[in-house]
Amino acid sequence: MSAKPVLQIAVASGKGGTGKTTIAVGLVIVTGRCQLLDCDVEEPNAHLFLHPALTRTEKVTLPVPEVNGERCTLCGRCAEACQFHAIAVMGRQVLVFPELCHGCGACSLACPEGAIREAPREIGVVESGKSGKIGFVHGRLNVGEPMATPVIRAVKAQRNGERLTIIDAAPGTACPVVEAVKGSDFCLLVTEPTPFGLSDLRLAVEVMEKLAVPCGVVINRSGEGDEATEAFCATKQLPLLGRIPFDRAIAEAYAHGRHPVYAVPELGRQLEQILDRALACARGNLS
Amino acid sequence: MKELVVISGKGGTGKTTLVGSFAALAGGSALADCDVDAPDLYLLLHPEIHHQDEFRAGQVAVIDKESCTRCGRCLEVCRFEAVTPGFSVEALNCEGCGACRVVCPAEAVELQERVAGDWFRGKTTYGPMVYARLRPAEENSGKLVALVRKEARAWAEREGIGLLLTDGPPGIGCPVIASVGNADLALVVTEPTPSGIHDLERALTLCRHFRVPAMVCVNKFDLNPSLDRQVREYCARAQIAVTESIPFDESVPKAIGQGLPLVEFDHGPASCASAAVWSQLRQELMGGQRERRPQKKG
Repeated sequence: MSAKPVLQIAVASGKGGTGKTTIAVGLVIVTGRCQLLDCDVEEPNAHLFLHPALTRTEKVTLPVPEVNGERCTLCGRCAEACQFHAIAVMGRQVLVFPELCHGCGACSLACPEGAIREAPREIGVVESGKSGKIGFVHGRLNVGEPMATPVIRAVKAQRNGERLTIIDAAPGTACPVVEAVKGSDFCLLVTEPTPFGLSDLRLAVEVMEKLAVPCGVVINRSGEGDEATEAFCATKQLPLLGRIPFDRAIAEAYAHGRHPVYAVPELGRQLEQILDRALACARGNLS
Repeated sequence: MKELVVISGKGGTGKTTLVGSFAALAGGSALADCDVDAPDLYLLLHPEIHHQDEFRAGQVAVIDKESCTRCGRCLEVCRFEAVTPGFSVEALNCEGCGACRVVCPAEAVELQERVAGDWFRGKTTYGPMVYARLRPAEENSGKLVALVRKEARAWAEREGIGLLLTDGPPGIGCPVIASVGNADLALVVTEPTPSGIHDLERALTLCRHFRVPAMVCVNKFDLNPSLDRQVREYCARAQIAVTESIPFDESVPKAIGQGLPLVEFDHGPASCASAAVWSQLRQELMGGQRERRPQKKG
């Protein structure tokens, strides 16, 4: 490989509110040139700090079945094929429950009469634009919709691959995190030095192991209680990429809608170091 | 029985810390930790586990190599990139929809059940507790949440307990919908930050959508008192009650470090404010003789 590969770095955490978005956006700000994909589509927040000019909006839809009553013979194959109970034959009609539908197409494949057509149903949007030299994409799941993963997939489809990609993932350990982190070269796990933080970090590391995405740890609000997290990183042989000390000034800047790097210059230096280490780890893993 | 569910939209606003304090203050309520991705309430309440079970949900396709004719139909119809060119299934991508099984002419595809998590029943000094843990990278967290709530309710009813405290997950997706539906009251915990307020609005919309009455609590309010006021004004316009606000307090991480509910750790500013919030909630829960409204399924 001659050209340097364009890397994709995800920022995730088991626990919510550990500072994923602050760190992801901070990395974006210190790099200056990159693309940010905000994949926390249930609660996208990165735009609140980057104020991008959003110039494109695309609907995210799922294909849901529509049954042609004239062709349908009520044979029930569709209901049999659907693993999500999203379609059922009730008396003399076929009922569709759109919120349960995963858009897999099994019902229309199973229908012997060709009576099922699929129509798009909107579940969210993807918005994209720029904030200075930073490419910005985020997704927004419509409130009341249960399924976040198709929206995350749509956000990731906007990756241009021309420069470093930074992904801000949702909290947790379930499908939305998997979808967001999948395919990344490296994942930065943000934790806090409390038993809550450590318990959730353990779970997040298990997810990364399953995804085979190498990861490293950032201790946010570091100070008291770092030792347990350090010990865990040592036994798991996880690189400790850096620590961001507990500082009320960071929390206050954040609360005032200002990214803390602008209020606490030291934070910018720490983030630069964290990014350098993360990129070195990612490159090391690639070669 | 009355159920209070604590949610937030944004993660890390202090849901679990508050539920831990409420459990200590209520004394004798039933407890459900519905953050099945990152269950933490047990770290404050230390349940003694006496029952544990696997949670089975969802499926994964398995292709039998012997009978597979490599015709490629499954590869064509799979919308989740779960079938590899070598005709095996990437379990992480597989939704378990079975479209591949529908089209396979050789009947080589089987759908196998997944073990998606584990759930626990235990006793704490504050009351019976049910919680669960999703296995890493699994799906169906909404169903696991529903199971936790069902088990906690059943236990509470058996023991004649009149109150269930439910610690909800962050976000607004399926596990949150499963936590909120049919509860008597939702407390939405927010923080005075642009993200906190942005997410509060989405969480309140969700409560309205599922017709669950909501109250709002601003945590760490003194980080930005003007946003605290803004939340109060917003809620007044939307006719949503706001509890006493809780100040930023360095005792919170210390209490978590000791594995104690905040109200048992000290009587500092956040501890006292949490107690005030609890008395307001108790009044709302026990005083309000509101009828259970018909729920909408998610």
